[in-house]
Amino acid sequence: MAAIELAELAHHYGREPRDESGEPTDWAVDRVTHVFRDGSASALLGPSGCGKTTLLSIISGLLRATRGRVLLDGVDVTASSPRERRVAQVFQFPVVYEAMSVFDNLAFPLRNDGMPEPEIRRRVPEIAEMLGLEGRLGRKARSLTADERQTVSLGRGLVRSDVAALLLDEPLTVIDPERRGALRRRLREIQRRSSATLVYVTHDQTEALTFAEEVVVMNRGRILQVGTPRELFERPRDTFVGRFIGSPGMNFLPCRVSGSQLYIDEVGLPAGPAAASGAPGEGALELGVRPELLELLPRPAPGSVPVAVRAVVERGDHRLITVALGAREHPIVVRAREGSGIPADAGFLHFPPRHLRLYREGKLIE
Amino acid sequence: MKRTESPRAWWLVLPVVGMVAFSAVIPLMTVVNYSVQDIFGPGQRVFVGSEWFREILQDERLHAAFGRQILFSSLVLAIEIPLGIAIALVMPTRGLVASVSLVVIALPLFVPWNVVGTIWQIFGRADIGLGGALINAVGIDYNYARSAVDAWATVVVMDVWHWTSLVALLAFAGLRAIPDAHYQAARIDGASALAIFRYVQLPKLRGVLSIAVLLRLMDSFMIYTEPLVLTGGGPGNATTFLSQFLAKMAVGQFDLGPAAAFSLVYFLVVLAICFLFFKVLTAGEED
Repeated sequence: MAAIELAELAHHYGREPRDESGEPTDWAVDRVTHVFRDGSASALLGPSGCGKTTLLSIISGLLRATRGRVLLDGVDVTASSPRERRVAQVFQFPVVYEAMSVFDNLAFPLRNDGMPEPEIRRRVPEIAEMLGLEGRLGRKARSLTADERQTVSLGRGLVRSDVAALLLDEPLTVIDPERRGALRRRLREIQRRSSATLVYVTHDQTEALTFAEEVVVMNRGRILQVGTPRELFERPRDTFVGRFIGSPGMNFLPCRVSGSQLYIDEVGLPAGPAAASGAPGEGALELGVRPELLELLPRPAPGSVPVAVRAVVERGDHRLITVALGAREHPIVVRAREGSGIPADAGFLHFPPRHLRLYREGKLIE
Repeated sequence: MKRTESPRAWWLVLPVVGMVAFSAVIPLMTVVNYSVQDIFGPGQRVFVGSEWFREILQDERLHAAFGRQILFSSLVLAIEIPLGIAIALVMPTRGLVASVSLVVIALPLFVPWNVVGTIWQIFGRADIGLGGALINAVGIDYNYARSAVDAWATVVVMDVWHWTSLVALLAFAGLRAIPDAHYQAARIDGASALAIFRYVQLPKLRGVLSIAVLLRLMDSFMIYTEPLVLTGGGPGNATTFLSQFLAKMAVGQFDLGPAAAFSLVYFLVVLAICFLFFKVLTAGEED
């Protein structure tokens, strides 16, 4: 097991437009520097096409980055092949060798390494037991279900005793929803038992937030924020992260600061966040607040402002209420528990002072 | 799975049954009619039962033709299938080169059978043919009209030239259908190029190769025009295959009874071989 260090990694596929100096203008991965700690479970989270799969392929050695270096435990492996790196990768669509049995599938990497047969016969059942495949070893791989196939692909990655890291590229996409939870638990369990450095790529935030101790949010080839799920939820450093994390995402409202008072259009918010400290400076200001932390009240209360109720969407155990605030009717989404009273067309919105964040030009003002 | 069966659905099949009857069964029955009678002319016919069948099944010349046919089909399959796969593996996959090579590879398939025969007949001639003269010039005595071995070599090479493209194109399509992830996974697993071919590419080509083998087997088993144009079945009977044998019997000697009996046997043999092959090739898929 090993720490994975990415130093100033950049990659472009050679098709993107370039500026006058011949420098590509659109990087798939743009100057990424990050360390995945030894034995950690991290998630790479981002929308489709943000460069997370490219980054993963660079780590595993399937792609050679245009610039930058990859280090495993301090050793520069930028020029090494996947085989030399001892990095296992599981793909979005399960890959099994259909003509082989499950046993032969799991033994395949070992045989390629030239491991003696007796050792293989000892090692493969161990891995099969860890994955819950012990009853399937004799089966032909093509007769397996999708989640069993994915487990076999995973097993091929883990079967080498000296695996440096395990990279998972949206491994649960093709798995039936009811099996997904079980496989995700098994992945966690395996990660804990094998203490593998694990990088999990996904665009599904629930998956990322439940799976990983550390989440790396990417967009347009760059790392926007690294943090625990809690940090990402409470203090998104970027409006993109705020919108992307959470269901629904964070509300962002254009605002201005006057004195120590925060205004949205003509409405003054009674509670300023760190408004006063963040006030000076140029650039558009936005106020960020989580829908879960807003409260819609039928009567005015201290710290609330009048709003108009526009829409209510039932979501099973909760409701999403869209309200409009100020002269320009800025829409705000409020997440309310099922059963809580909703004012018919007008109400009062309570802003929680401790959970208001200010953003200038899309960046959090600390 | 539970199936609902409705006898009324059979009515929907009727039009097809009608069409097949008209296009296949009725002509076939004519052949059956001839195979069990000795017909001299209108109104002059004798029912002979299985006599024609017994006669042709004991025919030594037919046995020889059948043996040649088996040898020829096995030879061309043994050459065309591996060669076609090899070509598909080295064909470029991207850009203009890919399109150009596809067209070049496909070219022989556009040439009609009798033209192929004519091309090779002239190409192989020892006096004026480019190929034949060249072989003789390097000191090998080659003449497909005189030597049975030379005639065989020419017929086989001609068939390989004409039909390997089909196998190559099918294999190429099969290779393109393999997702990149399979190659990437194999690289991660440290597989050698040979292992990738054996465990990734070949299993995925199974489907298209079954089709290629079946098509080539049927086609080569019924080969007629090219050897007829090239060698006329000679020297002697060296390159007389089943179709030509049948044609000689039916049109040359006008032995319609035995020819009809033989047609039926021939048809059943082709059907049986194809069925066997199909069963063997698809056997591994349901387990």
